[in-house]
Amino acid sequence: MTTFTFEVLVSLKPGLSDPAGKAVESALPALGWTNVTHVRVGKHIRLDVDAPDEASARTQVDDMAERLLSNPVIEDVQVLEVAAK
Amino acid sequence: MSGRAPRVGVVTFPGSLDDRDAQRAVTLMGGDAVALWHADHDLQGVDAVVLPGGFSYGDYLRAGAIAARAPIMGEVVTFAGRGGPVLGICNGFQILCEAGLLPGALIRNASLRFICRDIWLRVETTQSVVTRGLAPGETLEIPMKHGEGQWVATSEQLARVEGEGLVAFRYASRGGLVDDSTNPNGATNNIAGVRSEAGNVVGLMPHPEHAVDPDVGPTGGQALLASLLEAALEGAHA
Repeated sequence: MTTFTFEVLVSLKPGLSDPAGKAVESALPALGWTNVTHVRVGKHIRLDVDAPDEASARTQVDDMAERLLSNPVIEDVQVLEVAAK
Repeated sequence: MSGRAPRVGVVTFPGSLDDRDAQRAVTLMGGDAVALWHADHDLQGVDAVVLPGGFSYGDYLRAGAIAARAPIMGEVVTFAGRGGPVLGICNGFQILCEAGLLPGALIRNASLRFICRDIWLRVETTQSVVTRGLAPGETLEIPMKHGEGQWVATSEQLARVEGEGLVAFRYASRGGLVDDSTNPNGATNNIAGVRSEAGNVVGLMPHPEHAVDPDVGPTGGQALLASLLEAALEGAHA
């Protein structure tokens, strides 16, 4: 078994309003940044998976991403592998 | 109602808030409230199930996401599949959507604000276990209190929900007007609650269990719970 580390990035689908993103965007001008638009706030999940090989680890994380870590109705998800330990 | 009182199970998850109110409402309406526990695999033979409001698992990951995978939800899915009446209120609605028992999802209110006030709902269908005793177009006053109640769906889901009459309730005025001015949270098409195709699973964001006692507020929830109790008595899903 090898331990593989993944990062899972979850973001609200582009068409959906993102009130958290809007709140951040409206706060930035107070610090001088008046040139920022399209702020979106998402989630970053990091996890370790013990698996016999990279492909198997990847398949499992893809499955987790679809079935629990994101909700496909409202979110897009991206799985990134960081490193094997 | 005659004979025995219908047994209505109310599931408590870690972080549920309105489980006791739901039990009390069931009792006030003449039912027999049964406390159910999220970690059990046992519905104790109840005739209907209520998933109450609150913040199960602190809304971690997404509202309702963790609770939807709790041990008891396997039994709730089976019960629903056999036609058993299931009502999800607020966080319970979020859990039903996360469990795939109802279409759509609930995201943060468009205003960013937690909203707590009495609102009016327009009944859109009588084909559900909580609206069978009501008339389409009827309006009910019921409190809402949520930060993440904006119902959204994929375009395919929305077409099906609207096309097949799966909308149970819309946010409306007292007179039944549905428009942006009566939409408290930005919900798509003012949708406050939806039902399953068979009508035995219903979820809504506002709180009928807080609207049964005239001493403390509006009573728009009485008719919904009375319908649920009737459906529970009739169900041949034990």
